[in-house]
Amino acid sequence: MVEGLIGRKIAMTQVFDAEGGAVPCTVVQAGPCVVVAKRDPAKDGYEAVQLGLVEPGKARGVSKAVQGHFAKANVPPTRRVKEFRLVPGGDNPAVGDKVLVTLFKPQDRVDVIGVSKGKGFQGVMKRHHFRGGAASHGSMFHRAPGSIGSSAYPSRTFRGMRMGGRMGGDRVTVKNLEVLRVDEENNLLVVKGAVPGASGAVLMVRRSRAPMRVKKPQLQAAPKAGAKTAGKAAGKPAAKKA
Amino acid sequence: MDFVKLIEQKEMKGIPPAFRVGDSVKVHVKVKEGEKDRIQIFQGMVIAMKGGGTGATFTVRKISDGVGVERIFPVHSPIISKVDVVRHGRVRRAKLYYLRSRKGKAARVEEETQG
Repeated sequence: MVEGLIGRKIAMTQVFDAEGGAVPCTVVQAGPCVVVAKRDPAKDGYEAVQLGLVEPGKARGVSKAVQGHFAKANVPPTRRVKEFRLVPGGDNPAVGDKVLVTLFKPQDRVDVIGVSKGKGFQGVMKRHHFRGGAASHGSMFHRAPGSIGSSAYPSRTFRGMRMGGRMGGDRVTVKNLEVLRVDEENNLLVVKGAVPGASGAVLMVRRSRAPMRVKKPQLQAAPKAGAKTAGKAAGKPAAKKA
Repeated sequence: MDFVKLIEQKEMKGIPPAFRVGDSVKVHVKVKEGEKDRIQIFQGMVIAMKGGGTGATFTVRKISDGVGVERIFPVHSPIISKVDVVRHGRVRRAKLYYLRSRKGKAARVEEETQG
């Protein structure tokens, strides 16, 4: 089975859960994708598939070399191509096969990878969460980074010292997001919470690699279930008597 | 195609709310008590309607034991089973926040008469 597929961020909205609570979520158009090439363990040292994101319209400015690459798979060229690992379970797709959102179902956990929004040149408070100084009481030290090292020894600033600079535009992975809705017809995926990038950004959505954390709900559910059955058992003989 | 609208449509109740700002309403709210669902009624006047899409809300104000109580309900939430209109009010603004500073007779809203 393919681990994931390529998608585009559509926008954020909210949906209701079973209890009627509003849940913030992101709508992602995931796929349809086609398998453009395969990576072979014998030849490449690992097993994966190269997926292309099928979009309306023809991909322009495709070089002869890239055209040939797509012709080998007998699929029209796509603008976006990404590699995904294969995971155990299900059928592995062949070259030319489609990969669709049906990969996921509600309550699955996914990781979403994308490029975060560019923030430009930012100070040390926004970029590295420095505390800064007091805003008032005569303080003249507000958002400055403070000392960046000692004097005569070592006579230099250590490499990697956190300072102001370009922020955002990084590859960001958001792990373990819950899948809330799947719309096969329109290739839509509704994922709980936020996802990197602006609307229209290209994303990789894959099955979550983080282990499922279900400890807490289990602990809460256990005494409740016990109380419920106890209540039922007590309620039944009483009803019979009446 | 607007995919957000597509997703939201499925979350929303098909029909738009049948009440307006100024109306006195009975809101039937599903309350979960242990395993059972119970319907609780919150009766008051709609003093504001806000937002659109799945996030639309309305505010209901009532005077309970001499204390003003306001509850904000999501229009499309499944916990709202029904909203009955008790009385249509004739109001000239979209938000009736001025009622908060009024008491008793001054906090009334004229009933809307047909025609």
